[in-house]
Amino acid sequence: MADEPLVLGIETSCDETGIGIVRGQTLLANAVASSVEEHARFGGVVPEVASRAHLEAMTPTVERALEQAGLRFSDIDAVAVTAGPGLAGALLVGVAAAKAYALGLGVPLYGVNHLAAHVAVDQLEHGPLPKPSIALLVSGGHSSLLLVPDVARDVISLGSTVDDAAGEAFDKVARVLGLPFPGGPHIDRAAGAGSGSAVAFPRGKYDDGTLDFSFSGLKTAVARWVEAKERAGEPVPVADVAASFQEAVVDVLTRKALQACERYDVKDLLIGGGVAANSRLRALAQERCDAAGVRLRVPRPGLCTDNGAMIAALGSELVSSGVSPSSLEIPADSSLPITAVNV
Amino acid sequence: MFVLVLAFDTATPAVTAALHDGERVLAESTTIDARRHGELLVPSVREVLRQAGASLRDVTAIVAGAGPGPYTGLRVGLMTAQAFATTTGAPAYAVCTLDVLAYASGLSEPFLVATDARRKEVFWAHYADMRTRLAGPAVDRPGDVPGGLPLVGAGALMYAGVLGEERLVPGAPEYPSAGALAALAAERLAAGVTPDDPVLTAPRPIYLRRPDATVPGPPKKVTT
Repeated sequence: MADEPLVLGIETSCDETGIGIVRGQTLLANAVASSVEEHARFGGVVPEVASRAHLEAMTPTVERALEQAGLRFSDIDAVAVTAGPGLAGALLVGVAAAKAYALGLGVPLYGVNHLAAHVAVDQLEHGPLPKPSIALLVSGGHSSLLLVPDVARDVISLGSTVDDAAGEAFDKVARVLGLPFPGGPHIDRAAGAGSGSAVAFPRGKYDDGTLDFSFSGLKTAVARWVEAKERAGEPVPVADVAASFQEAVVDVLTRKALQACERYDVKDLLIGGGVAANSRLRALAQERCDAAGVRLRVPRPGLCTDNGAMIAALGSELVSSGVSPSSLEIPADSSLPITAVNV
Repeated sequence: MFVLVLAFDTATPAVTAALHDGERVLAESTTIDARRHGELLVPSVREVLRQAGASLRDVTAIVAGAGPGPYTGLRVGLMTAQAFATTTGAPAYAVCTLDVLAYASGLSEPFLVATDARRKEVFWAHYADMRTRLAGPAVDRPGDVPGGLPLVGAGALMYAGVLGEERLVPGAPEYPSAGALAALAAERLAAGVTPDDPVLTAPRPIYLRRPDATVPGPPKKVTT
């Protein structure tokens, strides 16, 4: 629809500078500049390195997005930005840019929640989100189960990790196995040649009745197992360890996600965040959803990892829901709770 | 020629914004709050525009303090300058924050400017007079800053015990003001900016330190 608002979305909560442009819920541009290569040798994201990279990348990435969409900056009707949660210094670069763009263009500003945006982005690909849906968000920084009656106004946390995020466990286990950072894609690839049932790694909080997760014990168990092999002078079967570790993670994630669907009598499950790009998570989730009669939605990998399109998608949803814009005084909030969809 | 310079600096605890018409400062807003640069800057810009009865579209040049200064706040100013430039089409520049303090001091003899670099260090530079930087900016412990010359800036006040109370220039500014930044920039712009201008540079921050990060060794053993 030509009369739907054009929304620019800005994401800088971690190591991706993401700029997206949507018209209504139609994706027009999704430009991402990643600093992941600069972090790789440190084995994790270095906040100051990420913040510096955002400042360098912002202007060219915005220009690239406008070019992709065939638009001029003056065409933009609203600016949305990740206000939190995320790395404080990194968030602040995006928030500063968004405020200046909004004032410079004379258009409203929407400070939005990064996690809610991971849910909203699926509407760009699979249409309106059923109300309510259950969302499983899994990334290097988050592992959360959400009940989503209305992504623009009402998101409820059902559970989250009590220690490491799922993606963080992938990174740490990758290091133990001598695989590069970020660990997710490398473990996924290595696991393809191994057996998920080769080693019975522990599943944290498997039967505790909560919808919370724990991956710290699993990570330590993998390290112990690998060290025992090394001490015995035996080769470490990397593919089997990767596959068995991955199986333990996705078993718990999908089990709890479907428990949430059952408990709240919801028939639609969405999986988002960087770990949603994992092939075994997608396959096992599909299998278990089919068995339970639950419809599964997973955005394509490029929309699961951090990006600006998801921020634009949530911003657009807020505009069309009539939610009031944010003030130009909003802070970047590194621990913004999921109950605050916008600030 | 119509001139309207929008200037701001976020490299110190002062969040300061001003408008200058080439002749004088039309409006200025300064708030001292080391932790809220991101919240305060754009509203401050909006306020000086309102006071001057101007619109962002009228601005002919945007100038931000380039630091050195604490990075998180510093980046707010540079990002804001770049973003205003992108949306309005006006050129964006940066000026070393220490040059702003030097200019505001009005001194015509040699002196040093020092600001707080945290971690018991100062950012400092050496000037021949208010417009001419001879050396720096650099970051050092106060004890390693050259002795003798008069001192300007909050870093000098903080470490007066080490640097010498008698060196402090009475009445010199502690923090940069956007009014002084705008006046300095207007002066340079009127003279005609060259690509290698020593004062007006591209809108990029001066960090002086590398990010704190160490390449990890092999994974720690969990069993002993």
